[in-house]
Amino acid sequence: MAPVATPFFFYLFAAIMLIGGIAVITRKNPVHSALALIVTLLAQASLYLMLYAPFVAGVQIILYAGGIMVLFLFVIMLVSIDRSMRERQFNSQWVAGIIAATALGGLLIAVYTKGTNIFPEHALPVIESDNTQKVATLLYGQYMFSFEIASLLLLVAIIGAVVMAKKRI
Amino acid sequence: MGQVVQYIQSYLDSNQTPGAAGNIFWMLVYIMLVFTGLSIAVIAMNWLERKILAHMQVRLGPMRVGPHGLLQPIADAIKLLLKEDIMPAEADGAIFWCAPLIVVLAAFTVFVVVPFGPTHAITDMNIGILFMLGVSSLSVLGIVMAGWASNSHYPLMGALRSSAQMISYEVAMGLAVISAILMTSLNASGTGTLSMIGIVEAQQAQGEWFIFKFFPLGLIAFFIFAVAMVAETNRAPFDLAEAESELTAGFHTEYSGFRWSLFFLAEYSAMIAVSSIAVTLWLGGWLRPFPHWLGGTTWDLIFSFVPGATFLFLAAITFFNVIRMPKHPYFRIQTIGLAGFAVALAIIGLILFVPDVRVRVQDIFWFTAKVAGFMYLYIWYRGTFPRYRFDQLMKIGWKVLLPVGLGVLLLTAGVGLVQQNLWHQ
Repeated sequence: MAPVATPFFFYLFAAIMLIGGIAVITRKNPVHSALALIVTLLAQASLYLMLYAPFVAGVQIILYAGGIMVLFLFVIMLVSIDRSMRERQFNSQWVAGIIAATALGGLLIAVYTKGTNIFPEHALPVIESDNTQKVATLLYGQYMFSFEIASLLLLVAIIGAVVMAKKRI
Repeated sequence: MGQVVQYIQSYLDSNQTPGAAGNIFWMLVYIMLVFTGLSIAVIAMNWLERKILAHMQVRLGPMRVGPHGLLQPIADAIKLLLKEDIMPAEADGAIFWCAPLIVVLAAFTVFVVVPFGPTHAITDMNIGILFMLGVSSLSVLGIVMAGWASNSHYPLMGALRSSAQMISYEVAMGLAVISAILMTSLNASGTGTLSMIGIVEAQQAQGEWFIFKFFPLGLIAFFIFAVAMVAETNRAPFDLAEAESELTAGFHTEYSGFRWSLFFLAEYSAMIAVSSIAVTLWLGGWLRPFPHWLGGTTWDLIFSFVPGATFLFLAAITFFNVIRMPKHPYFRIQTIGLAGFAVALAIIGLILFVPDVRVRVQDIFWFTAKVAGFMYLYIWYRGTFPRYRFDQLMKIGWKVLLPVGLGVLLLTAGVGLVQQNLWHQ
């Protein structure tokens, strides 16, 4: 099948991501911000697809867009919108902002001008059809230990949430 | 012109799914076909649900518009389209407008990977089942947005209930799905698949539907999925999100006219979508019943007559009802209409007996028949079970389905491992 990973789609999804990201921080209404974040996450999933990583894209949609963001919305919906609409949105940390922006800008310019050696000449040939199997062998083979530690971390978070929420266990 | 015919001919002979053939024209044709079929199925479901529920409650159901109310869904659709489209003054316009679109898009997009047959699917993705679960989980976003944007109490409560419920049951559903996917890896190479077509082919290769695999493990996983999918689609007895005795209509209380009909359309096509997941994962997708017990060319031939025979049987029932119609001149047009419907059914049945059509259509028929069984179950549940209370619903999801699902997953993995080891020795 002809590849669909053309530059046009990259620029399209990247633009959607940027617009979504800007909307997240500029919207006053937190629900609008959360929805813009969902748009960003979905565009990111399409970028994963362009990198021939369909499994990661699918998991991104299920976990972030379908799971975590719904919980976000769930909480935000219960917050009084009127109060948060009146709050000041930016706290004018000009010095810190300018320092962070120059650092990031400098990094980007450095990579753009001198970065030809960092990246491989051509994209590695990836076989899309066994992407999921590859992820599985890596996660449960080479990186078994770190994978289990990460899930232990999640378990601790879950138990902590239960302990905090329930008075009588 | 001759080239075009030749091209179509060469595709028809090539025996590939349109997506795998990398052909946009055929993909569009399939998308149109699936979309049309789906819309017709939703219309039919609307009529059937009202009729079957009515008969379960010893009523007649719709009888006025057309013979036996057959034209009732069309009348309903026209009514909905002509209704005034009201948006509450305090509602959040953009989100209120987007919400039904998201729900409908999520409900229809999943059909991209539904395998109606080995070559009858819009496309075959290698993350097929993941794609279906992911996109259908997006519909909860639409529901939450609808409830919040209405800026009213009942919709907000409905949306909260709905999101809590859908997220809870997604966990149990995912565990059940994983235990079925594990079963696809029980072959010589030991690698499974997430592709919808691949899952059915694995069942074909193993000569067993996954519902009967490792009895009773497959059956329990299927049961968990069957419960979770009812909760996932917000249908009775888990329809707390739109419990009319408590919340008026839940998240779509403020919606009217065309936008409401979009929610309606999405609900029914989501029901069909999750039913097709269940059919693909556990009931052998497009495979006909008893492929091994009743194997061989004779039985193949006999089973290939079933689609046509089904339609002829339906036509016979309809003719019987034509005879039973009242003889009063007032009913003459209705009687003629019903007879026309019967003739149409009979013609479809006869076309399905043509050898070329028979061979090409029977996989679609078996898939659709299995899905239709699930749709009947949905109606049956609604006619049978009282609505659960919210804490009961959460208790079933988290304290029954989730642990059982985890247990089944572990046992399936264990038994599969033992079998795989025996294989290699």
